[in-house]
Amino acid sequence: MTSIGTGYDLTNSVFSPDGRNFQVEYAVKAVENGGTSIGIRCKDGVVLAVEKVITSKLLKAGANKRIATIDRHMGAVSSGLVPDGRHFVSRARDEAASWRKTYKTPITTKDLASRMGGYLQAYTLYSSVRPFGVTAIVAGWDSELELPVDGQVGSGPSIGSGGKVEGKTYGGPGLYMIEPSGQYWGYYGAATGKGRQTAKAEMEKLDLAAGKLSLLDGVKEAAKIIYIAHADNKDKEFELEMTWISNLDGPTKGRHQEVPKDLLEEAERLAKKSLEDEDDEEETKDDDDKPADEDKMEE
Amino acid sequence: MNHLPQAWGRPRDDVYGAYDGSYLQSNGPNQHTQSPVVTGTSVLAIKFKDGVVIAADNLASYGSLARFTDVKRLRVFAETTVVGFGGDVSDMQYLDRLLSSLDTEEAYGTAGHTLNANNLHTYLTKVFYKRRSDFNPLWNQVLVAGMDGEGKPFLASTDLLGTAFSSPSLATGYGAHLAQPLMRKIAPDEEAASKLSKEKAVEAIKESMKVLYYRDARSLDKYSIAVVTKDGIELKENEKLENQSWAFADQIRGYGTQVN
Repeated sequence: MTSIGTGYDLTNSVFSPDGRNFQVEYAVKAVENGGTSIGIRCKDGVVLAVEKVITSKLLKAGANKRIATIDRHMGAVSSGLVPDGRHFVSRARDEAASWRKTYKTPITTKDLASRMGGYLQAYTLYSSVRPFGVTAIVAGWDSELELPVDGQVGSGPSIGSGGKVEGKTYGGPGLYMIEPSGQYWGYYGAATGKGRQTAKAEMEKLDLAAGKLSLLDGVKEAAKIIYIAHADNKDKEFELEMTWISNLDGPTKGRHQEVPKDLLEEAERLAKKSLEDEDDEEETKDDDDKPADEDKMEE
Repeated sequence: MNHLPQAWGRPRDDVYGAYDGSYLQSNGPNQHTQSPVVTGTSVLAIKFKDGVVIAADNLASYGSLARFTDVKRLRVFAETTVVGFGGDVSDMQYLDRLLSSLDTEEAYGTAGHTLNANNLHTYLTKVFYKRRSDFNPLWNQVLVAGMDGEGKPFLASTDLLGTAFSSPSLATGYGAHLAQPLMRKIAPDEEAASKLSKEKAVEAIKESMKVLYYRDARSLDKYSIAVVTKDGIELKENEKLENQSWAFADQIRGYGTQVN
């Protein structure tokens, strides 16, 4: 950033000569320091996970939740400034409620991502506000069935198409990541925060685009990825928080919920085991090297 | 018509005279709902030893016209409580949405769901009372069935005036006159209700629904029935009244002296 010190980075919504908003880029820096958050889109649901660094032994285990529910069928997690994440969630809940008030039906994950993208972008437009210090991951399951309108009492006409096109699939998993600039994309797997590079590399190995990973495996993979991503930050303890949303036949019936305790513990056990196995492999490599060294010494 | 846009599409003043603005009632009193339009009839409920049975038929009447015949008037809240609605159907739909947004917001808390049937009844009572105090009532009488804070069966009523009361058995509208005496035979007091089996309670409700169908001109033989216990809600929405007795009608001739 050669333009630093030229005064174009002092105020939000100011374009530098090469067309950048430095204040937004600084907000991204705040995100890059936060705990790793990830989301994985599976064939029958979505998983969200976050690494919560334990800053003090006086913190109560399991308290201070970082993943929030929006409406009943969506979840959001963010890396960066925690209060900005809370504000994000609060706005997302208002958007979901206002959608329901207007359309009498739950907001789709895509529409919520769009509205939140618009909201974050608005905070890059004025010098009187600062950009959001978070990158948020929004996950949801949009019902594959024709939902009744909120408050509906009868069943309506029993004939007619109901506006559905035959052969077309409706609903399904949604996963979006929204950055401080307001830029957002849909993802198969999304990662942000300190360990995002490692997490992304791990997720690329899963071939998520094929849409074959089951939700249960997704939960285990998510735990593993958070543990691997934490390896760069090993000196600090952390707590894993994980939520999921399944399809209507699945364990959460289209609702956003915490991953049950026994499943979470199982996923953590497997994650730790796979890390240890990796360490063992490295050690055996060392063992192989050692006799060679000894041989040399004998020579 | 003249060339001024504000006059386009309006009756010509030179033909019809100036528009009489008094019809707009710009400074009259606010007018609120003064009577229900599409209505549901009775809701019945009775407590038993493990929970509550509640039922309502599937009819929404438009005056004396049986206009909508598949209207479900038992609404489940938070998978633990059933609210049975009598009275105006549009107001019932409003309340349904109100409760569902309350449900969503309540679940945002980290403690999880904390509203039981008792809390919900208190909430509804206050909504009803506020609205009637604004002279803009929600035209319903509702029964709330579920479990209270101690996990005991809970049943209470509230209505468009914000009146609230509780009893081992309850009925709204016509049911208060016809079904309540029948249910009171089975559960005259809390003690009797606490000994009642589920089967007896369901039977009492079904019998009462039948009597109401015989005698209430705004009722239907299709109904919904729910059994609420601590283990959850068993809701059946498309039941049909059985074992009606009409064979005697053949024997009745005339109004007094006619022999056949």
